[in-house]
Amino acid sequence: MTPGPAPTAPAAPPPSAPGSAPPAGERAAEPAGGGVGDSPPRPDGTLKVTGEFAYSSDLWAENMLWGMTLRSPHPHARIVRVDTAPALRLPGVHAVLTHEDVPGEPRYGLEVRDQPVLAAETVRYRGEPVAVVAADHPETARRALERIVVDYEVLEPVCDARRAAFDPDCPLVHPPGSVPLRPEHNPRGNVLRHQPIRTGDLARGRTVADLRERADVVVTGSYEVGMQDQACLGPESGLAVPAEDGGVDLYVATQWLHADQRQIAPCLGLPPELVRVTLAGVGGAFGAREDLSMQVHACLLALRTGRPVKIVYNREESFYGHVHRHPAHLRFEHGAAADGRLLYAALEIVLDGGAYASTTPAVVGVAASLGLGPYEIPHAAVDAYGVYTTNPPCGAMRGFGAVQACFGYESQMDRLAEALDMDPVEVRLRNAVGRGSVLPTGQRIDAPLPMAEMLERARALPMPPPPEAAPGRVDPLALPGGAGGAGVGASVVRGVGYGVGLKNLCFSEGFDDHSTARVRLEVVGGVPVALVHTAAAEVGQGLVTLQEQIARTELGVRRVALHPADTSVGSAGSSSASRQSHMTGGAVKAACEAVRARVVALARARGLLAGEGGGAVGGADGGVRLAADCLVPPGGAAPVPLAEVLGDAVVEETREFRHRPTSPLDPVTGQGSSHAQLGMCVHRAVVDVDVELGLVRVVALDAVQEVGRALHPRQLVGQIHGGATQGLGLALMEEVQVADGVIRNPSFTDYLIPTVLDVPPMRVEVLEHADPQAPYGLRGAGEPPTLSATPAVVAAVRAATGRPLTRVPLRPEDIALP
Amino acid sequence: MDFLSPDTWAGALAAKAARPEAVPVMGGTDVMVELNLGRRRPHALLDLTRVPELARWGAEDGYTRVGAGVSYTRLVERVGSRAPALAAAARSVASPQIRNRGSVGGNLGGASPAGDCHPPLLAAGALVELASAAGVRRVPASEFYLGPGRTVRREDELVAAVLVPEPRGPQVFAKVGPRNAMVIAVVSFALALDVAARRAGTGIGSAGPTPLRARAAEEFLAREFDWAGGADPSPEAARRFGDLVAGAARPIDDVRGSAAYRRHALAVLARRAWARCAAEVRGGGV
Repeated sequence: MTPGPAPTAPAAPPPSAPGSAPPAGERAAEPAGGGVGDSPPRPDGTLKVTGEFAYSSDLWAENMLWGMTLRSPHPHARIVRVDTAPALRLPGVHAVLTHEDVPGEPRYGLEVRDQPVLAAETVRYRGEPVAVVAADHPETARRALERIVVDYEVLEPVCDARRAAFDPDCPLVHPPGSVPLRPEHNPRGNVLRHQPIRTGDLARGRTVADLRERADVVVTGSYEVGMQDQACLGPESGLAVPAEDGGVDLYVATQWLHADQRQIAPCLGLPPELVRVTLAGVGGAFGAREDLSMQVHACLLALRTGRPVKIVYNREESFYGHVHRHPAHLRFEHGAAADGRLLYAALEIVLDGGAYASTTPAVVGVAASLGLGPYEIPHAAVDAYGVYTTNPPCGAMRGFGAVQACFGYESQMDRLAEALDMDPVEVRLRNAVGRGSVLPTGQRIDAPLPMAEMLERARALPMPPPPEAAPGRVDPLALPGGAGGAGVGASVVRGVGYGVGLKNLCFSEGFDDHSTARVRLEVVGGVPVALVHTAAAEVGQGLVTLQEQIARTELGVRRVALHPADTSVGSAGSSSASRQSHMTGGAVKAACEAVRARVVALARARGLLAGEGGGAVGGADGGVRLAADCLVPPGGAAPVPLAEVLGDAVVEETREFRHRPTSPLDPVTGQGSSHAQLGMCVHRAVVDVDVELGLVRVVALDAVQEVGRALHPRQLVGQIHGGATQGLGLALMEEVQVADGVIRNPSFTDYLIPTVLDVPPMRVEVLEHADPQAPYGLRGAGEPPTLSATPAVVAAVRAATGRPLTRVPLRPEDIALP
Repeated sequence: MDFLSPDTWAGALAAKAARPEAVPVMGGTDVMVELNLGRRRPHALLDLTRVPELARWGAEDGYTRVGAGVSYTRLVERVGSRAPALAAAARSVASPQIRNRGSVGGNLGGASPAGDCHPPLLAAGALVELASAAGVRRVPASEFYLGPGRTVRREDELVAAVLVPEPRGPQVFAKVGPRNAMVIAVVSFALALDVAARRAGTGIGSAGPTPLRARAAEEFLAREFDWAGGADPSPEAARRFGDLVAGAARPIDDVRGSAAYRRHALAVLARRAWARCAAEVRGGGV
């Protein structure tokens, strides 16, 4: 299968061929069997905790070269001249490539093929790749980059997203017609998608002014969301190995192997089957690895030099080398009756997509369709815009457009509560959606979504003890300001705030969302072993554990091994959109069911199972069960060891799983059942604020989340903790600061993410109202807490300070300066 | 790049004399970051981790002499009460892992205006001991800093130690940043009182091209402080003190904060420092 030499560092998850699976005794010792609903240890957990796990940056191959990227120093410029000759003359340099060396398609893109492999005439963001080199040492490669001569003619940058959206005189980032935008996305000027939604009277010719007159109270607000980074600890990295068949084997940290393959192959001028992609160890993803970074570059260099080429970005380069969360400008207006019932909403959402589209169209679709949040509002007008600018490209990040909208609508709910002198929870309860509610897109919520119950539960959670005001008795680390020692108890004010987030789960808007699993059952060393093979990317979320659990539950085996994720099996789709437990979980379940049916048939054929028919399988119906490495016949007959049933037989089945179809949004009315499934999280934040210094300490950040079914309770709570922490980060500190198209803080010295002193212990209440549409009734859980945590923290700071606080992340001076 | 690794102090000074351009490296918490980011490509690194003298500390003629290689962790754990403001600053540095590696010498060698150790050294009236193959000199901290990354240290010299006077009154340090730990100071402030001499020392960090003293504020506090009883300052006096400290700063707008916020926060830190020192005097702690 792999003609080229294999790299020596193992891909992750570490190849656990049946022979190298963990000892059966270790797994058998788990009290509950390690199936669905238990919390078995991760197969990669010990390696990661002990520092022995091989990440993509650890890859190494004999005779390997190092690739490095020359990047634009300007956010917007015309390339006048490139001279690579001085770099090529440097001993140890094996290749210097520019756009002229790209043999196939010059551009790629997840949704829109608009991003050059290497810039040709124009650079559109600072950090855009212009040339790549391969050399026998990283230092040689670095020196080669310094010798490449590029003459630029600097152009006016397009930095202001609102101007890009609405000013007809704004320079265009892409010449009209030069990028393949979709007409149903209403592209115009720098706008690559405009998604309107009109409902109720606002769809019937009435204006917002008409509705304003009918409302007892109107609240308006302008809000801003800064550019958040996924802050993966593992930089973009991978190893491309040229193969004897003219193809290439790429080992890379990514989120979606087949999307990489689909984009890389045309640029190389190769058919997809000659671009084989294997997942390498992923050090965090959160959306940052959905787009290509170094993939095509490494493959180009490997094919040109005939040698393996490794590329690892450094930290600063990484900030320029992956997409970020879209900064957003929000203008929201809500009208309500005196009793708090919402009457109408008018929203304008502008999302800065940066220089290339990435997933901006889909982000716009989510922001528009979920812009009203989980509230019943009879009349709505939503206009969501995604625009090109010459800022760093933005794309997928946990929450994907819903995070930005959620900060807007939750801030508005608090304003409404204040205007009505009503409790913030009460306002939310009066307008809460539930099963049977209709979203502004016309989509009916047809699964349980007990928002009112969730709010009541969040409100009823025990409060942390009050702040200790007496000096001398306070641990300074527990005060706002923490280790800096600036805090004094007397200046601390406490506040409480709530946030509710509604997130679509799985891919939306008519996308053919599916995953594939191949499951093999055979006897190894006398015991039955299931081998699960998917192309699903383990990015830290624990999908490897779930795959093992599902196989144990469905096949009744103790030992499960995982094949490395690669493109020799069908696509699993992306490890994003909170979708892999649902989609790849569903595919593994379906493949296991098919294997199980064949095992039962085999048992009958071998005379090990009395009776007729082979279809009745499963526990509840009294049919045949597989459990404890045995086939358990119905009616109390003695179990038959699976090893005996199988003998030398190898039973292998491959299945694709799809969720129910979804619809695109109408380009004029925004109507369409665009989402497969919805998830919700409610957060209550308690903060202490040093009002004089503007410093915040989050004391509690407790959550109630609807998950349908907890497959692995411990990992599930970890996901909710992690999502909430990223939301807290956006509220208080995480921002890629961009000025005139230049990132001012491309390092973890100045891009701050929460530390253990910033994150409180978090209580999580998990509700399990099964979604009948999903395997085991589950809902993806990774994203919803990222939505709700941010507005909850900000609301709590507003409650403590009385400040309006319309921009995240909050800065100390927003609180402290008059 | 050459890597020089002497195992004696004399050897280190000889190496620096022979290769003045060699960049000293101790814990590497600054130097390695710069190297990894490609901001610095020195021809030689002078590794000082094997020089035993640098890791020593002890009393010396009314001072505590802290070797340039004493880690922040050791400073907090072992030297603490002999240099309270410096220990508080060391405690606020980064994370436990970095405090295990980083040292005062590195802070002085790098001379970032945001370095946490500078304000307490200024406030306490510490001396910086510089050594070369030609000899040793001791420079007051207030004369040590020249500009961002620039000090009076000559190319052939190494920072050998700091000498912090025995505390003769309360000392406090505080810094402000948007994160509760592991943060570069947006602004920092140290105050050290000499109760017997009725004198005050101040140090301002991250609010000017170098760490700064607020001399007018020091004189004002010396006049207004209740040296006998440790009474809280009047609101007017506290405000005046804060304004004088803020007025001594020369902050800029940058990625970590605005000049306006820095001045504001300095005034708050200064008022709180006075109150904390007064409380200590009242409590008879010193």
